[in-house]
Amino acid sequence: MPSRAQAAAPVLTAADVARVTDRIAHQIIENVARQRFDAVLMGIPTRGVPLAERLADRIRTFAGATIPVGSLDITLYRDDLRLRGARPIAQTREPDGGVDGRLVILVDDVLCSGRSCRAALDALTELGRPRAVQLAALVDRGHRELPIRADYVGKNLPTSPEQSVRVLLQEHDGEDAVYVLEDES
Amino acid sequence: MKHLLSVADLDRATALEILDTAARMNMLQDREVKKLPPLRGRTIVNLFFEDSTRTRSSFEIAGKWLSADVINVSAKGSSVSKGESLRDTALTVAAMGVDALVVRHSASGAAARIAGWVDCHVVNAGDGTHEHPTQALLDAYTLRQRLGDFEDRHVAIVGDITHSRVARSNVLLLHNLGARVTLVGPPTLLPSGVAGWPCDVSWDLDAVLSGKAGGDVDAVMMLRVQRERMSGGYFPSEREYAIGYGLSPERLDLLGEHAPVLHPGPMNRGLEISSAAADGDRSVVLSQVKAGVSVRMAVLFRLLAGSSAEVVL
Repeated sequence: MPSRAQAAAPVLTAADVARVTDRIAHQIIENVARQRFDAVLMGIPTRGVPLAERLADRIRTFAGATIPVGSLDITLYRDDLRLRGARPIAQTREPDGGVDGRLVILVDDVLCSGRSCRAALDALTELGRPRAVQLAALVDRGHRELPIRADYVGKNLPTSPEQSVRVLLQEHDGEDAVYVLEDES
Repeated sequence: MKHLLSVADLDRATALEILDTAARMNMLQDREVKKLPPLRGRTIVNLFFEDSTRTRSSFEIAGKWLSADVINVSAKGSSVSKGESLRDTALTVAAMGVDALVVRHSASGAAARIAGWVDCHVVNAGDGTHEHPTQALLDAYTLRQRLGDFEDRHVAIVGDITHSRVARSNVLLLHNLGARVTLVGPPTLLPSGVAGWPCDVSWDLDAVLSGKAGGDVDAVMMLRVQRERMSGGYFPSEREYAIGYGLSPERLDLLGEHAPVLHPGPMNRGLEISSAAADGDRSVVLSQVKAGVSVRMAVLFRLLAGSSAEVVL
């Protein structure tokens, strides 16, 4: 991680990230308990995947229900692939029991333009036909470029387009924190 | 990376990245709908001046599964048979607005020459006795699947080394990835200058397979005896070749229990490989073919996915 990230104070600390994750888990439980938890969590790599695992873990603790977790690579479906060129592809893993006829909750760390989510919807179509699709994001920073909204938001972070949001998670970065960085360049 | 002409174009990191991408592409084989969108609107021409079944169909499937439009042009039935030069044929096809040419030619260096004439991407799908990079990549992919990694693995490549572009590409790539290669063949079928290659050379197949020369063998790759490139005199008779260098059932027993048997195909059964070896548990010949599609998808993806950026930026 860039050192300038550490220089500023995090907008979400490790304790905040944990609290926010718990809250999203509770909201998901409220939503899916009536459908006897017939839902799956699909993390969008990289950091959406550990987030989805954490949510599943919290839901198991709070409600005793097991929600299968999968991962959904969106690289091949991005609309900026031509501009930015080939890049490493992440793993797509179907959750146990597949996605057909179930509620799929996409999980991502940051929601911004909505283009990742659009790509994820395309990628999901290839796996099957879910009953419905929802979106959970740890951080919603605005600046939407597509008619997409999140069903579960951890934290709304109003930012300027020049700023960028960096989510750090224990599984990848050795710590939990969210930073807002000045100037993207 | 604009072209893939030789495995020497790939450093270790790039080669491993292509193998990783291929592993992701491989999941498509199990899908009901075998289609990914990244090369939508791209046109790939398979320009084949030499016969081929698996390489051409594999490139065609790879391109189509990535949503590219793929057209096959073969020398038979094309203007080439009317006497058109290589340069004119390549420029004519390229002028139609193609994004990539996949070239197979019987002359070494043909793909590299074409890459100098056209603006589009060029992939070498085999040039004479020089190189066949995607074959080496799919062999590496198959070996990685079976052996886990390449570091200090010992691979024996056996047979007609002189005429084999597969051997040449494999020696370079496997060496680059950290594996150790021993080439085995009769002296007449070992190319001049082989001493300078990054590998060991032996004439004694039994000694190599049993590990007496150069240590235990982790995998063995049998090469096709390329009769069409021979003008006779390389070995006394096919029977004698089979006795000296064929992978017979007895030789199979010399190998370690888990060592896979590879063959780039097409196989001459009874000559360089016995049916017991070709169809046995250790044979990964069909895995190689399957890997071919995934590896070629990874190569086409890497070359073509972002190519408009080079024009725009």
